[in-house]
Amino acid sequence: MAEAVVSATVPAPSVAVPAPLPVRAVLPWAFFVGLLALIALYFVGAEQGATSLIAGSDVHEWVHDGRHLLGFPCH
Amino acid sequence: MHASTVRSLLVRGMLAGLIAGLLAFAVAYVVGEPPVNGAIAVEEAQAAQEAHAAPGAHAGHGGTAAAEAAEEEEEAVSRPVQSTFGLATGVLVYGVALGGIAALAFSFALGRIGRFSPRATAALTAAAAFTTVYLVPFLKYPATPPAVGNPDTIGKRTTLFFLMILLSVLLALAAVIAGRRLAPRLGNWNATLVAAAGFVVVTGVAFALLPANDDAVKAGFPAALLWEFRLASLAVQAVLWAVFGVVFGALAQKVLAVRTSTADAPAPVGAPVPG
Repeated sequence: MAEAVVSATVPAPSVAVPAPLPVRAVLPWAFFVGLLALIALYFVGAEQGATSLIAGSDVHEWVHDGRHLLGFPCH
Repeated sequence: MHASTVRSLLVRGMLAGLIAGLLAFAVAYVVGEPPVNGAIAVEEAQAAQEAHAAPGAHAGHGGTAAAEAAEEEEEAVSRPVQSTFGLATGVLVYGVALGGIAALAFSFALGRIGRFSPRATAALTAAAAFTTVYLVPFLKYPATPPAVGNPDTIGKRTTLFFLMILLSVLLALAAVIAGRRLAPRLGNWNATLVAAAGFVVVTGVAFALLPANDDAVKAGFPAALLWEFRLASLAVQAVLWAVFGVVFGALAQKVLAVRTSTADAPAPVGAPVPG
């Protein structure tokens, strides 16, 4: 009996549209992670190409193939 | 509570990006490396020819700048390392970084772009990211294999490429906002069509106005090899974003199902109503 009641209440599946997450909760993460991610992408995509923060060409050579295949201008 | 949800989504986004990066690396290694090696072979053949053509050229002394550059390039990081660990580093960092950004874009989009489940929202986010971050810039400034670009124009080409990414992301954002504004008047379907058409038209105008990239491919570079390389680049990115959309969608669905069932669960349907 108790089981029947439980299974009758469960069905409504969570197809419902999720409530938006408040912008206040997302913004700090977005700002900080966005900044870190852009720095990481800069090193994969552009360092020692158009601009160079570190002398030499080791970073460029290390990510060389990935840079070409991911679509970044390389050299 | 919400902050911890965003945190969970971010962690799963980076994880999904890592998984997507691993599969994209496999595609890049199998499909992408052959045309990269082909292009390097073309470059070396051209450099050797130029060195021969220069009268009185001695190996290591009077060789052309191109030949010297090619030699130096090989010494810095060997080709076997470039095509494995180097390639993996690039693709995985790209996957994790964009996975994190996409997870946060998803957190903004969730519940704001229409009646979509978390899974569908994740798929749409991934499709939008693929289109704006890769496909649209690729159509204007396509990827080039080694030996194709002119080193003197790398600054200009890099600036234009990143500008194109920024522009297509902003245009897509504007299209989504416009579509949501038009939805009450036109209905969801027609509003989406109008917004998408607006994105395509404005992007086309931007393509027409932005400087051409005609100096990127040297004359005499094999066209079939260039096509093979560009197709491989497209495959790497398509796999990356498809896998990200599917994996992150499944993970996000779980995170948000837990959230709704523990916090915002509606009263059970069968519960007795007082009165």
